[in-house]
Amino acid sequence: MLDFPRWKVISISLLLAFGVLMSLPSLFFGESHKYWPGFLPDETINLGLDLSGGSHILLEANPADVGETRLQTMEESVRAEMRRASPRINIGDISRKDGVLSFMVRDSTQVDSAREALLPLTTGAGLTGQRDWDIEVRDDTRFVVSPTSAGLDNAVDNAMDTATDVIRRRIDEMGTREPTIIRQGDTRIVVQVPGLEDPEALKELLGKTAKLEFKLVDFEADPNAVAAGRPPVGSQIFPYPDSPTGLPNIAVKRLGGISGDKLTDAGQGFDQETNAPVVNITFDTEGGAKFARLTQNNVGRPFAIILDGEVLSAPNINEPILGGSAQISGNFTVEGANQLSIALRSGALPVELKVVEERTVGPDLGADSIRKGMIAAIIGTAAVLAFMVVTYGRFGFYANFALTLNLFLILGVMAIFNATLTLPGIAGFILTVGSAVDANVLINERIREERRRGRRVVQAVEVGYKEASRAIFDANITNVIAGLLLFIFGSGPVRGFAVVLIIGIVTSVFTAVVVTRMLVALWLRRTRPQELYI
Amino acid sequence: MKLLKLVPDNTNIAFLKWRNIAVAISILMIIGSMALVAQRGLNFGVDFVGGQMIRTTFTQSADAPITELREKVGALGYGDPTIQRFGEPNEVSIRMKLPEGADQEPELANTMADEITLMLKADYPDVRIDGVDSVSGKVSEELLSKGVWSLVGAMLAITLYIWIRFEWQFGAGALFALFHDVALTFGFFALTQLEFNLNIVAALLTIIGYSLNDTIVVYDRIRENLKKYRKMDIVALLDLSVNETLARTVMTSLTMLVALVALIIWGPDVIFGFAAAMFLGVLIGTYSSVYMAAPILIWLKVGPDSFVPPATAGDRAEKIGGPEEIG
Repeated sequence: MLDFPRWKVISISLLLAFGVLMSLPSLFFGESHKYWPGFLPDETINLGLDLSGGSHILLEANPADVGETRLQTMEESVRAEMRRASPRINIGDISRKDGVLSFMVRDSTQVDSAREALLPLTTGAGLTGQRDWDIEVRDDTRFVVSPTSAGLDNAVDNAMDTATDVIRRRIDEMGTREPTIIRQGDTRIVVQVPGLEDPEALKELLGKTAKLEFKLVDFEADPNAVAAGRPPVGSQIFPYPDSPTGLPNIAVKRLGGISGDKLTDAGQGFDQETNAPVVNITFDTEGGAKFARLTQNNVGRPFAIILDGEVLSAPNINEPILGGSAQISGNFTVEGANQLSIALRSGALPVELKVVEERTVGPDLGADSIRKGMIAAIIGTAAVLAFMVVTYGRFGFYANFALTLNLFLILGVMAIFNATLTLPGIAGFILTVGSAVDANVLINERIREERRRGRRVVQAVEVGYKEASRAIFDANITNVIAGLLLFIFGSGPVRGFAVVLIIGIVTSVFTAVVVTRMLVALWLRRTRPQELYI
Repeated sequence: MKLLKLVPDNTNIAFLKWRNIAVAISILMIIGSMALVAQRGLNFGVDFVGGQMIRTTFTQSADAPITELREKVGALGYGDPTIQRFGEPNEVSIRMKLPEGADQEPELANTMADEITLMLKADYPDVRIDGVDSVSGKVSEELLSKGVWSLVGAMLAITLYIWIRFEWQFGAGALFALFHDVALTFGFFALTQLEFNLNIVAALLTIIGYSLNDTIVVYDRIRENLKKYRKMDIVALLDLSVNETLARTVMTSLTMLVALVALIIWGPDVIFGFAAAMFLGVLIGTYSSVYMAAPILIWLKVGPDSFVPPATAGDRAEKIGGPEEIG
């Protein structure tokens, strides 16, 4: 027991000093540590959203939506390919049902060339050569195009990747600090934004698909048929909530429109005549040329501006728009126009995302939690420290010294791993105070016992540490098991609790057993007491 | 300096004399807890049933207009809200469960939260939104199943560990003690109707870890004494082990309770339920390691030769049967 080599003392002291040093930046939240000398560590503990205030939002896509969009694109590609084929292949009776596209080739002699033309559409973009679509011909002339499951999975995966990027751009545009955007599982995205004043605005922005289209209005359509939702041949019907005519629907030409994904910029502005808020957009070169052609050929006719399947407005083309920029009018507020321009700038979401979980904590409640948590921690720790000294005297003081170091070490280790401190984490801290002294209680009670049995001082201490260590080890392993399960299955703040618990167990065994043992050994060697007050 | 001794030296209380009564009471308590849970149910938070909860402060008023809020939120057409004070009289939480058949609309929970927030901001200019939780039906189901699995997993993994480190009887005893602690905590939540949310699952797991901590200290001493006093009667030996570790048991429980009292009185309101559950858990856990974990060893016939090759222990297991025969 008395034999405690110098190298051990030095290495333990160095380890403790390192841990305390790592904890220092986290103790001075905010900017102050930036002015410290450069050799000091930079890593700090992150504050969880429940302490800093902020929003945690879980977005989920419906994979069926991806399939539907993909099928739509497939239909358009099929139509284009058949038209482009020479001689042109006439098809009809096109339908999309149950995730499958089917159509008829009118001239049965063209079936083979139709199949030939479709083949390039069925392979994936990757080098793997996997097939994304199966083609089947039934009853000689009916083509059935169905997605392979690998192709669909791949499409969902790509859509989610794109969606994550789009979400990131949108949040960056909002100018929030340090957002976290992570894909989770197959169809989910986690968004965490600290210190947000207005989470509703964020959610609205995230929920906008922002798919913009310009299509010519089919003004020859029979208004009654349109109102009943029956489109004329070659046209589609879209809802038009703010229609000036009062009709809820409008018919637009299926072909000849352009999509709004070819933008280089979008910004909120005001209409020069009406002074109403509008969104100004700028096309890229290709989009600008297409838009110029569209407007040149259709002067005097209306075209519909369609956003996420709803018509915003259907202005007349008064003159060709050749400059590559255009104005989107609609029934906007300034804020609404601003949001739309952010959404357009960052691109359309390839799939609709829904908010399936939200956890928002206001900054006041967060600050309140920190303050109350600190008060409880200080009072709790002080009470436990006092209790230990009253009960075990010198040995209690050693335990307290170890406990205090332990608190620094937990912070230090958390800082090294950039771990997140949450409100349940603070509770975990306080519990660690309560349970970390358990090891010392075990040891000290055992020493008392061994003394009562008549062992000499040094021997009693030696046996006390040795015998108690076994129980300490077993007990802490089970605690780690509970902590790990909490970490694996827990979410958000509860995970923060598990992190503190696990780190606390490991560091407390070190401080409560190894460090106090060193202190006791050094003291015994120096004074060689004949009696122990314990 | 005179040091404090909570438990006098050479204390010898015949704890196990009362084991039959204690276990009978415990079993009654477990049955009572289950009946309470079955009859009153747990007051599940939105984490586990889906829905939304808003915490809000009326900064300029002394009291929150609870009756008026109930009407206004009810008028939104999603059903009746649960409105509770938390902390100061002008702070309330407004909780709405998901209406029936909401599975088709994953965003419904969030829509409810948005509408209530809008209403609050429009009708009460002094309102401050302190927190919003909204959880869809699907996510809440996932959280619930994760919570259940983490509890079951922790109990089994820990039992397995004790079995490996000690003997199967000890594993069975520990499992039974854990079951007792968890069941009683559930009963407490059914009785008080405190909100049962994710934090409470964390508390339960911590209770499991803590209670085991206590059990292991006693078991460790029993193992030691079994090897030391091979002729001693098992009841006397268990009593001796419990008494020898009593000072430590009392001291550790007290330090835990002291820390928890600080958390209950001065800590944030948000984790009151967590701290209360922990406080109760420490009391129950301490009791169960004496009166549940130890007596089971008698009935499972633990003796000095329990720590011999596992083959014979396995044969005995066949004869005696599982712990369920005890009750």
